[in-house]
Amino acid sequence: MAFLDLTNLEKIFGTNRVVKDFSLGIEKGEFVSLLGPSGCGKTTVLRMVAGFEMPTSGGISIDGQDVTDQRANQRNIGMMFQAYALFPNMTVADNVAFGLKVKGVPRAEREARVKEMLELIGLPELGTRFPFQLSGGQQQRVALARALAPRPRVLLLDEPLSALDAKVRVSLRNEIRDIQRELGITTIFVTHDQEEAMSISDRIVVMNGGIAEQVGAPFEIYNNPNTRFVAGFVGTLNMLTAKVEDAATGTVTVDGQPLRLGKPVTAAKGATVTLALRPEAIRLGRAEGREVVLPATVAEVNFLGSVIRIKARVAGTVVALDTFNRPDQPPPPLGSPTEISFAAADAIVLPD
Amino acid sequence: MKRLVAWAVLLLGCLYFLLPLIGMTEFSLKMRRGEYSFDAYARVFEDPRFWETFSYSLTLAAATIVFGVLLVVPTAYWVRLKLPQARPIIEFITLLPLVIPAIVIVFGYIRLYNTSSFLPLTGSALGTDILLTMGYATLALPYMYRAVDTGLRTIDVATLTEAAQSLGAGWFTILARIILPNVLVAVLSGAFLTLAIVIGEFTMAALLNRPAFGPFMQLLGANRAYEPPALAVIAFAITWGCMGLIQLVTRFSKHERAKA
Ligand SMILES: Nc1ncnc2c1ncn2[C@@H]1O[C@H](COP(=O)(O)OP(=O)(O)O)[C@@H](O)[C@H]1O
Ligand SMILES: [Mg+2]
Repeated sequence: MAFLDLTNLEKIFGTNRVVKDFSLGIEKGEFVSLLGPSGCGKTTVLRMVAGFEMPTSGGISIDGQDVTDQRANQRNIGMMFQAYALFPNMTVADNVAFGLKVKGVPRAEREARVKEMLELIGLPELGTRFPFQLSGGQQQRVALARALAPRPRVLLLDEPLSALDAKVRVSLRNEIRDIQRELGITTIFVTHDQEEAMSISDRIVVMNGGIAEQVGAPFEIYNNPNTRFVAGFVGTLNMLTAKVEDAATGTVTVDGQPLRLGKPVTAAKGATVTLALRPEAIRLGRAEGREVVLPATVAEVNFLGSVIRIKARVAGTVVALDTFNRPDQPPPPLGSPTEISFAAADAIVLPD
Repeated sequence: MKRLVAWAVLLLGCLYFLLPLIGMTEFSLKMRRGEYSFDAYARVFEDPRFWETFSYSLTLAAATIVFGVLLVVPTAYWVRLKLPQARPIIEFITLLPLVIPAIVIVFGYIRLYNTSSFLPLTGSALGTDILLTMGYATLALPYMYRAVDTGLRTIDVATLTEAAQSLGAGWFTILARIILPNVLVAVLSGAFLTLAIVIGEFTMAALLNRPAFGPFMQLLGANRAYEPPALAVIAFAITWGCMGLIQLVTRFSKHERAKA
């Protein structure tokens, strides 16, 4: 049994089944992200864990204790919201002290803890400020300190970074992860940003339509997506249509050209399957170890700095591929004929 | 041309309000023949009934404000949080006192709570005071509710509530430590409006036969010449003082400044 256990959670609003048979076990100290498009039920799962929504069925237990029927204020769970939600009438220090005050922690101990928390988030000087005197990033850090001050058993974060601008978003997510590691607190992080989820999570739960489609480490999710949805939602994916020649040996043809996938395909001869390829699996031109070569035309070149993303027209579709920038190799001109190559083993076969 | 018309209308409006006031003030200063003096004011302040009725009304105003805040803040909060679809109904109810004359309300009270009823509130002075407080709270309800509801609109009630709950706070703590302080300015402006209403109210106090400031003003007005306008000027001063206080509170509230 895991530290935080969600068992067969269901939530129905009226006739709308928002969360369907959702089960997840989270180990102590683990950082798990719920990733999915807007409206897929991430917030609802989080709110059930927090105690703001009652599951229609299913159970939640923390550290072996069933908390399904506990009220939100009895669960000892820290929460961080997208909208900061600092108490506007209190100073930063009073905000951080709030949970301790409610618990009846004596004044001296409270003050020490507040100081410790403000140091943890790197804002030891700002205790006497009011929330409106802080930037968005500072407010969200105070919100983190406030949530952590009463030593909650679980930390829940609902898209805490989406209201911030890009630079702050990246630095704060690393800061949150560092603090989480330092305290070893079990954390669920909700986001619709796959890059965010992949960069900081121990494990990711990819959600779609209220269902957990795949649970796994970022590396696993990215490289071995179980479903077409996961493959498409996590990272950029190029899709090529292939015709099955021999299912048992995994031989298919793309644009008339045969290629051996090296693993059996679960489809009949003559059926079409989709081959999915990550941009980094494709090379411009021929390369050693990439035995599949297809003719292509350069359609678009995006110079991103260290990486150059090229879009090429191949076999009736457009594929995106990444090459590293090299000062001695300028990007190819638009419309120039070229070739792309990839290793058949890198292709992910998606059932239709 | 348009500007000229606008200014003329504004001037006319000012005159419409100011002339009676100026006339009244001037008249209140003319008690002594041939010269201006504050004799009328002195007379009013010397009258022990002035102080008795004024402090009585002030006490009742305080009670009304406390009761009103305790009634309106949790109600408006709860409606915003849990019953947003009921807001039009609640708003309609809070507007009713503006439509139903005070005399109807007070006669209803007397019918329901007379000495031979199940709850004979009118049988004792304290009971009648309680009744009067309830009546005042009803009269002040439209202003109080609107003020508090507007105050609640400036904060994210739902998220702040959930943030507090996740930190272990119960309903009382949430209301007392978070909701009330954040709508304090709104509550105070509602409170000063309530004060102004209660100080000047006549019908309810007269019909329940309590020694309030309103009936005293009326009594004085019926029997004297110079004191009533002096009293009216004092009443105006109190009202304007209240409005000034609303402004001051708004100006000096620390965290409220951020929202403006
Ligand atoms: N209180 C509610 N009442 C009715 N429907 C709701 C409620 N909360 C959420 N929903 C619906 O549930 C679905 C999932 O919402 P949510 O969990 O917020 O998604 P996400 O956080 O993944 O964007 C949405 O279609 C939303 O409209
Ligand atoms: Mg959400």
